[in-house]
Amino acid sequence: MTDLAQSALRRSPSRSWGKLRANRGAMVGAAIVVVFVVLAVLAPLLPITEPTVTDWAAIRKPPSATAWLGTDELGRDLLSRMIWGARASLMAGVISVAIALAVGVPIGVLAGYFGGWTDQIISRATDALLAMPFLILAIALAAFLGPSLTNAMIAIGLSAVPIFIRLTRGQVLAVKVEDYVEGARAVGLGHMRIMQRYILPNVFAPILVQATLTIASAIIAEASLSFLGLGQQPPAPSWGSMLNTAKSFLEQAPWLAIWPGVAIFLVVIGFNLFGDGLRDALDPREN
Amino acid sequence: MLGYILRRILIAIPTLLLVSIFVFGLQKLLPGDPVLALAGEERDPEVLAFLREKYRLNDPVIEQYMFWLGGVLRGDLGVSIRTNQPVTELIGEKLPVTIQLAIMSMFVAIIIGVPMGIVSAVRKGTWLDYVANIVALSGLSIPNFWLGIMLILLISVNLGWLPASGYVNPWDDPWRSFQTMLMPAFVLGTSLAATLMRHTRSAMLGVLQTDYIRTARAKGLRERRVILRHAFRNAVLPVITLTALLFGEMLAGAVLTEQIFSIPGFGKLIVDAVFNRDYAVVQGVVLCTAVGFIGMNLVADVLYVVLNPRMRGAT
Repeated sequence: MTDLAQSALRRSPSRSWGKLRANRGAMVGAAIVVVFVVLAVLAPLLPITEPTVTDWAAIRKPPSATAWLGTDELGRDLLSRMIWGARASLMAGVISVAIALAVGVPIGVLAGYFGGWTDQIISRATDALLAMPFLILAIALAAFLGPSLTNAMIAIGLSAVPIFIRLTRGQVLAVKVEDYVEGARAVGLGHMRIMQRYILPNVFAPILVQATLTIASAIIAEASLSFLGLGQQPPAPSWGSMLNTAKSFLEQAPWLAIWPGVAIFLVVIGFNLFGDGLRDALDPREN
Repeated sequence: MLGYILRRILIAIPTLLLVSIFVFGLQKLLPGDPVLALAGEERDPEVLAFLREKYRLNDPVIEQYMFWLGGVLRGDLGVSIRTNQPVTELIGEKLPVTIQLAIMSMFVAIIIGVPMGIVSAVRKGTWLDYVANIVALSGLSIPNFWLGIMLILLISVNLGWLPASGYVNPWDDPWRSFQTMLMPAFVLGTSLAATLMRHTRSAMLGVLQTDYIRTARAKGLRERRVILRHAFRNAVLPVITLTALLFGEMLAGAVLTEQIFSIPGFGKLIVDAVFNRDYAVVQGVVLCTAVGFIGMNLVADVLYVVLNPRMRGAT
C-alpha cells in the first residue's frame, strides 16, 4: 500500500474533501471507525458491567437477553469486554502509528532533504529494518521489552518506522526540487525553516494516507501480539487475548471466538476503506 | 548477467551487516543483566561468571558484537537454553515445515488472486470488479488467526472434514500431510491472494490500455486470446516479482498460522522461544528471516531482468 500511498499528492483541500465525501466506501469506513471510537470513549459511561467482574453462576452462557453477546469462561460479560477491548485496540493502533510518525517522518525528511551520506546511511538502515517482517520484528521487540500493551505499542510503532522513513524520503526528494523550495533557499532561509515551512506541509498528504492504512495494520498487529500473549495482559480485555482464550473453548462456546474477530475485521476494514478513499481523494491522477 | 547478480550481492552486504547490528542490539533491550536471561533458571554465581566470560559480556559492546558476528559467520547462532541444541540445528529442523506451508499457501494465493485480478481488470467497473475488490479488501482486513479459528470451528469441529491441528511429514504420508496443511495454507494464502489480486488488476489495467492490445483486437483476434496471450503475458512480470517479495509477509503470517494449527515450524519456534525466554533462538529466527527476505529480494530483481528482455541490455 505504500506505493499507492506514495502517489497521493497535494490538491486543494476543499476539492479533496468533496471527493472524499462523495466516496461511498470511504464514508462507510469512516462511519464504522466513528462507531467504534464513540463506544471506546464512552465505555465508562455506558450501562454495562465492569469487564473484569466474574460471575461463577454465568460461565460460558450463550447470547441471551441478559448478556447480549454471551459470557466467557469466567462468567464475564462479553459485550462489556468487547467495548473495553475496543479501547485497547484503537489506542494501540493510534499510539503505535504516532510513534512511527514521530520517529520516521523527521528521519525521512533528513534523508531526502540532505541526500548524500546522510541519505545513504539512513536508507541502508531502513532497508535493513524492512528486511525484518513487521510482525516478526514486533514479536522480537515485544519479547525483549517484556509483554505488556505499552511495550506492544512501542514494538509495533518501531516496526512501522521504516515504512514512514521510506515514504517521507521519497516525497521529500520530489518536493525539494520544486521552484518554491529553490526560491526559499535563494532568499537565504535556513534548512530547518525550509523543512518546516516548505517541505513538511507538502509531503503531508501521502503520509496521512499511509498513517490511516498503517493504523489498520497496527490494530491487527496488536491483536496478533495479544493473541500470542505478548500484548494486553489478563484480566484487562483485548480482542486478541479474547480470541486466544476462545480457541480452547471452540466446541463448548463458539460465540467466544466469533465476536472479537468480527470486531477486529470491522474496525480494520473501516480504516482500510477510509484510507483507500483518502488516497483517491488526494491523488490528482484520479481527476 | 553474472556481473549484475554480483553487483546486487555486493549491494546486499551493507544491508546484511546493518541487520546483524539490529539483531545483536535486541539483546541490549533486555532489562537488567543479560547474563540472567542467558542463564535461564540457573542462578549459580560460578555459572553466571562462566557465561559472562563465554559471551564476553564484560568486554566493550563493539568487541561483543564482533565476537557474536564471528560466530554467526561460522554458522554459530548460539545454543537454545531450553533444549541445549545449537540454534542453527533447530532452525534447520523447523524451516522445511514452514517452506512446505509457504509453497502451498503461495499456490492457494496464485490460484485465487491472479484469476480474480484478471477478471476484475477485464470487467472493470462491473459488478464482478466490485465483488472482486470487496473480496480483496476483506482478505486484507481479516486477521488470519481469526480466519483459522473460524475454519477449525466450521470444517473440523462441525463438519469433521479435516484435522484441526498437527503436522505429518509429506515423506511419511503425503495424503495425510496434504490434509493437515490444507486449512493452514488456505488461511495464509488468503491475505496473500488479496495482495496478488490488487497487483494483477493494476498491472492488467495498465497493459490493456496499450497500443499493442488495441492492435491485437483490431486484427480480429478472439478476446480470450488477447487477454491471456497478449495482455496477461505482459502483466505477469510485476506479479512474479511481487510473489518473491511476499516471502517476508508469508513468514510473518506463518507465525500465527503455525500457532493456531500447532504446526511445528519456524513461526512456532520463535513464539515458543519468546515464552521460554530463549533469546538466542529469537535472534536466530529474526536474523534468518531477514537474510531470507534479502535473498528473495535478490531473486526478485534477477527474475525481473531474466524475464524482461528489455532489461537485459541495461544490466
